[in-house]
Amino acid sequence: MIFNAIVRETNMATASDISMKQDQLELDGSVPVLSVSNLCKSFGGRKVLNGVTLSVKRGETLAVLGRSGTGKSVLLRIIIGLEKPDSGEVCIHGQDIASLSMDQLGEFRKKMGFLFQHAALYDSLTVGENVAFPLDHHRRSMARSEKAERVRQLLAEVGLQRDTDKMPSDISGGMQKRAGLARALALEPAILLLDEPTAGLDPISSGEIDDLVLKLQREHHMASIVVTHDLHSAKTIANRLAILDKGNVVIEGTFEDLQESNIEFVREFLSHA
Amino acid sequence: MGLVSDFFEWFGSLGLFFWHVLKAAVTPPYEWRELIRQLDEVGSKSLPLVAMAGAAIGAVLSMEARSSLSRFGAKAMLPSAIVYSVVLEMGPIITGLVVSGRVGAGIGAELASMKVTEQIDAIEASAINPYRLLAATRILACILMLPLLTLVADATGVFAGWLTQTIVEPVSLRQFINTGFAGATFNSFVPPTFKTAVFGLIVGLIACFQGMRTRGGAEGVGRAATNSVVLSSLFVILADVVLVKFILVFFP
Repeated sequence: MIFNAIVRETNMATASDISMKQDQLELDGSVPVLSVSNLCKSFGGRKVLNGVTLSVKRGETLAVLGRSGTGKSVLLRIIIGLEKPDSGEVCIHGQDIASLSMDQLGEFRKKMGFLFQHAALYDSLTVGENVAFPLDHHRRSMARSEKAERVRQLLAEVGLQRDTDKMPSDISGGMQKRAGLARALALEPAILLLDEPTAGLDPISSGEIDDLVLKLQREHHMASIVVTHDLHSAKTIANRLAILDKGNVVIEGTFEDLQESNIEFVREFLSHA
Repeated sequence: MGLVSDFFEWFGSLGLFFWHVLKAAVTPPYEWRELIRQLDEVGSKSLPLVAMAGAAIGAVLSMEARSSLSRFGAKAMLPSAIVYSVVLEMGPIITGLVVSGRVGAGIGAELASMKVTEQIDAIEASAINPYRLLAATRILACILMLPLLTLVADATGVFAGWLTQTIVEPVSLRQFINTGFAGATFNSFVPPTFKTAVFGLIVGLIACFQGMRTRGGAEGVGRAATNSVVLSSLFVILADVVLVKFILVFFP
């Protein structure tokens, strides 16, 4: 009995030490906060992802580019746990989460913010209530006034402080994306996943979203993955870019690396982008 | 062959869905605020419709039974005929069907619309279990509210039955009720009222299931709403057959 207690204590201490060490390594950028390796996913016999391997460190933004249907959004959905991979690993803070159940995934999802392609705001709630939604469910002990202040701060950060009481249907597409971004940041995530943040927006709104993402990156130092078709946006907000083709990463590096590449697909992609 | 496999696939998925909801419903955190919202949505907002449907059934039963019973010289049995018909069968089944129409379609369309616009994915991505927040609360609200709504349908049915009767042949409400309920026991009325909790389970479960498995835009939303109403009404009627037999055997 006493022996078991000692072993349990020792194991807990070891797990805690490992976690602290992992945190320290992530902080100084030695190890990635998020990594996926050999990720495979098929839908109805069609292989969408075929061994994708990528990683992002703290404070870094990785843009994932590629043609439509190459599995870019699927990659994000697998990372957040909305889809299960056929094989491969998704490691968050050094722990593989690919095989976890919905409840086990919960703790990891709280560390991730996700901006959906069409913002996916709850249409029966106001903009302010949308941003408060994660706080209402995960910060139950937080005082109402404190929550209201946090919502106000988040909306001010994305420039929507005067639209708190508006319904999602009453604001523009760009504003919806910004509200979605504020909601994604509500729980102060370590990882930010953005699915086509500028899709369907005019060039000015796209530029505003890019500036906003850059500002948030500077202030929050998150590890971010941005899935986009927009090469200009990717070039602006990302430190590294990866191009997917036929379910795999064709090239990964800085924009200059991509420009210097001799790979036929990369040259063709850049020339048409 | 495809139809048979679709049939089994549907039931298998429904069973799995029910299991997820059950697991989510019995484990914390509990979504009390959403449950109260749904109790209001299912209960209070269905009340006028259920009350009117109950009254209409009571009035029709009174008119029909009056001419039939008169033919056999059993007009004195009219209050009992109305009370027993309404409370044992017509009240519960009418409530089940009215709620499956109003609430089933509402839940089916709402959840389907949330599904196709990725709102359910957004809930899941926020580390909130959608089975707990969306399905368990709606199903529980249906289970709790159906018996209460049935009592309302029974009351308006009996009252309308008396009103229709008293227009033709004046009789006091007290006398009508005393005669109608004469000889009634616990077993006569309580099981038929509480069987509607099963109707609530059926309506809530099928509507949530159809809504949350929707695919494909506005057409999918429409299909989910229609299927929710059609399937839940059908299963309410089928379940009624089984439940009536069950009540006759265990509460004779």
